[in-house]
Amino acid sequence: MLGSFHGGVHPAGNKGLAAHCAIEALPIPRRLYVPMHQHSGEPCDPCVVVGQKVYKGETIGRSDAWVSAPVHAPTSGTVVAIEEHVAGHPSGLTMLSVIIEPDGQDQWADSVRGIENPLSASPAEIQARIRDAGIVGLGGAVYPSYIKMTPAKGKKVDLLLINGAECEPYLTSDERMMEERAREIIAGIEIMMYTLPTQKCVIGIEDNKPGAIRAMTQAAGPFPGIRVQAMPTMYPQGARQQLVESVTGRQVPSGARLVDIGLLVHNVSTAHAIYDAVVRGRPLITRVVTVSGRGIGKPANLECFLGTPVRDLIEHCGGLRPGVRKVVLNGPMMGLAIDNMDVPVVKGVAGLLALLPEEIVDKPEQPCIRCGRCVKACPMSLVPSEMAWRAKVGQMEVMPELHLRDCIECGSCAFVCPANIPLVHYFRYAKLVIQAERRAQKRLDLDKARIKAKTARVEQEKAEKDRQKEAMKAAMLARKKAAESAAPPTGPAEVPSAEATVSADGTAVATGDEADSKAARAARAAQAAKAARAAKAAAQEQ
Amino acid sequence: MSQTNLLLSSSPHVHDGDSVAQVMKVVIWALMPATAMAVMIFGWPALLVILITVAACLVTESLFLKLRNRPSALGDHSAALTGLLLALTLPPHAPWWLCVAGGVFAVLVGKQVYGGLGYNMFNPALIARVFLLISFPAQMTAWPAINPLFSAQAYSLSDSVAIVMTGHQAPPELVDAVSSATPLGQYRTETGQGKTLQEALGGQYQFDAVKAAGGLISGSLGETSALLLFLGGIYMLRKKVITWHIPVTMLAGCLVPAALFWLYDPTHYPDPIFHLVTGGLVIGAFYMATDMVTSPITIKGQIVFGLGCGLLTYLIRTWSGYPEGVSFAVVIMNAIVPLIDQYTRPTAYGQVA
Amino acid sequence: MIDAVLSMSGMALAAGVGLGFAAKKFYVQGDPLAEKLVEVLPASNCGNCGFPGCQAYADALAASAADGNVAINLCTPGGAPTIKAIAEILGVEPVAPVNDEGPRVAFIDEVRCIGCTACIKACPVDAIVGANKQSHTVIAAWCTNCAACVEPCPVDCIEMVPVTPTVYDWQWDKPAGPHAQATH
Repeated sequence: MLGSFHGGVHPAGNKGLAAHCAIEALPIPRRLYVPMHQHSGEPCDPCVVVGQKVYKGETIGRSDAWVSAPVHAPTSGTVVAIEEHVAGHPSGLTMLSVIIEPDGQDQWADSVRGIENPLSASPAEIQARIRDAGIVGLGGAVYPSYIKMTPAKGKKVDLLLINGAECEPYLTSDERMMEERAREIIAGIEIMMYTLPTQKCVIGIEDNKPGAIRAMTQAAGPFPGIRVQAMPTMYPQGARQQLVESVTGRQVPSGARLVDIGLLVHNVSTAHAIYDAVVRGRPLITRVVTVSGRGIGKPANLECFLGTPVRDLIEHCGGLRPGVRKVVLNGPMMGLAIDNMDVPVVKGVAGLLALLPEEIVDKPEQPCIRCGRCVKACPMSLVPSEMAWRAKVGQMEVMPELHLRDCIECGSCAFVCPANIPLVHYFRYAKLVIQAERRAQKRLDLDKARIKAKTARVEQEKAEKDRQKEAMKAAMLARKKAAESAAPPTGPAEVPSAEATVSADGTAVATGDEADSKAARAARAAQAAKAARAAKAAAQEQ
Repeated sequence: MSQTNLLLSSSPHVHDGDSVAQVMKVVIWALMPATAMAVMIFGWPALLVILITVAACLVTESLFLKLRNRPSALGDHSAALTGLLLALTLPPHAPWWLCVAGGVFAVLVGKQVYGGLGYNMFNPALIARVFLLISFPAQMTAWPAINPLFSAQAYSLSDSVAIVMTGHQAPPELVDAVSSATPLGQYRTETGQGKTLQEALGGQYQFDAVKAAGGLISGSLGETSALLLFLGGIYMLRKKVITWHIPVTMLAGCLVPAALFWLYDPTHYPDPIFHLVTGGLVIGAFYMATDMVTSPITIKGQIVFGLGCGLLTYLIRTWSGYPEGVSFAVVIMNAIVPLIDQYTRPTAYGQVA
Repeated sequence: MIDAVLSMSGMALAAGVGLGFAAKKFYVQGDPLAEKLVEVLPASNCGNCGFPGCQAYADALAASAADGNVAINLCTPGGAPTIKAIAEILGVEPVAPVNDEGPRVAFIDEVRCIGCTACIKACPVDAIVGANKQSHTVIAAWCTNCAACVEPCPVDCIEMVPVTPTVYDWQWDKPAGPHAQATH
């Protein structure tokens, strides 16, 4: 059936809190903490120095890796520090960040220039712009967009899906974007369709957003290839697998990429960012964040600079109400609970929720009563209850059979679990255990290879030394013999000369040896450094 | 600078608000009309039987958890539900010690030795019933005739206490009214002696399907009103505590073969309506087989399980040594649930595309 | 009668030849258990397990396979995956590493280092770089926590330091389970 997927749940939308709030720009904060890793892939290295004056839109971090996205200065100001700063991560640990003190001028860098008519530019130029603008999937996956916009040779995109589902409760940032900036989004879609290229585009929007559907339909009017499709409000309608199933009736094969079946999914806000980057030349430096929940003074949809501490957003929205029990980055189904208000807004943050005790779940885990609700709710048709108890008892070897890897951590199972089992927590734990095991095994194999190489080299060096010693001995012996036979011991004058030859010879050998080993060591060091870089890269890739 | 009053648990941060206790409560509510009807029909002794059984379950549960140093779990209502379900499988005049033995067995052997709620393999109420049926066959099949509350011969409260506490089946002046075979028992005993169905259920016995559906037949407390049990089942479906898969397939598993054999030889095999309104088929299909802990977790598995329960019920009713087979059927199927679960895992998303 | 005797003798002969051939053909050199075990050990011969090298540890494990007198969790560089592999071979349950203080790496105080290359020679995985009379340094990503370099250093400038966790190797804790709130 079109417009539906298997499983899913109906959490209370709570969108009314912020849906009516027009997008409002947050004033320039006192300080910006811009993390160097706001995307999936390789982290960036800072390319500015402390004390440097930066302009709005200037690149401040980049990486040579293919899967990465540069980071830009959100406003003009001075780099006051490049240091570790707390990140929006479940560990609460820090990440390398460039800390900027804005000068209040908000002055654009000279490099920021748009393409007047993008449809006459070459696709390669547009792709480069998208890459240089640091655009990543703004729906939450934060995968670099230019990679998706550059289909491999032989891959064709038949249908571009634009994700306007916004199925997470409370969040309204995409909804407001679609209502207020529909024309720009559609222009971004047009650029994407031209670049890929593809003739067909479907914009999927949940039917609880009639205003957005109206605005988008109107803006898409002149484009016959773009169709707006209303979809039933059902969580997780906006997950890419579920969106694909709803719109096309097909499933994405496990482990395959969308482009393998001729599809591509981009978020509406990503389309907007692409428009901004290509037409206006503006890199991704702001995003719209829904500040909501019953624990916030005044809900809002704030357009704020990346790197703004969430504290500033909260203060702008009237502060936290007493009794707030949870502060969540992004939606309540998949978002991240934080307890440090210095965490900055990054590319993947669409919401900031302050939740009162009655809005959240805080009950102890009870034993599973096997009611099967999680099985019915799972949009990936997995058996969450079994995955959880296997994780609990450490039977990680059966996880491939249970397709743990395909779990999208949408939280539908835990949402309906009457025993309050933190199913998603179990899955995250299990996934990382498996990953750590695999990493440790890989590491051990590398260790073994290195040990083998060293042992072999030591033996070879020893053999080489022995051989040289032998050769030296033989040479000395031969020379002695030659000296004895050629010059009988009559002329004492000749002896020192022979000695000199020997000593000269010996020195020569010795220096040769030393040079040899020095060269070998240098080579080894170079090789080691190279391997270390590779190892680091590999570690980060994992 | 972190704020310690903020909770940091993993997503999802919201919940639909349902709980195990809520689920159990809905089932208990669903059983209330049929329970009230049973008390109505069989009088105060029935009420005593129910109260004693439930109390036995609650006391056993709380004592055992105390022994294991676990927090009390009475709040999840599962022990109370087990007690109620067990009581409904007992004869209306069951002596007190039978109720206590059943209740203790259900909670202790049926549930707690496995580790408590969620870990037991068999439906605790049914495993206790099977235990009682095998250990005390006479007491478990002593079926008093119906004797409604407020009727002329209704048992007084003191008579009722005497019946349940001393095991006197009934005061002497009512002795001829005490015993009456259940329809299933009548059918098996009489046809076993070579009589036709007509002779067995007609004549003096006067089986009437409409009356039986309403509950005016002898049998266990919960075997009486198929109609009210059915209504309770609808309530549970509406409340989404159960899904239709197990009840419907279990009824079909029993009634379809019943219909086929009845069509083949109506003089020896009773019609499906008879099977539906007598015995424990409805309580079994809606309340026993649907016990979440001991039934399959996937829909495919639930269908297999339901069909198996129904079919086994029909086989036992028709050909085994026992006139009623719901308890045995469900308990046998409980045993193979892990197997069913393993072979009925749903095809994961993206595995066949 | 004679047929039976002949056929039985024939079969016995065939079986005997077959067995003899198999014994020769599939003969396994040495202790197969120890060989399997040494395969899963890192071969760094660091001696952290208390045995003089990986082969010795493998032999000891194989010899005590029946009584379990030798612990399976003594290999520090191998860590959890090695323990798991040993447990699998021996058919026992895996246990936690013996010194589970978390991962550590060698750290050379470059001010005190005299550049003697003793540690470089000791490191089984070539994780220390440096030249004669030059300060040495450790490639942290390669260091296996075997501590073989600590002892040979004449100026005691090498220390095993704990690895600070980063967002990249952080792990979710295991949920406490349903009976965590038992008896308060």
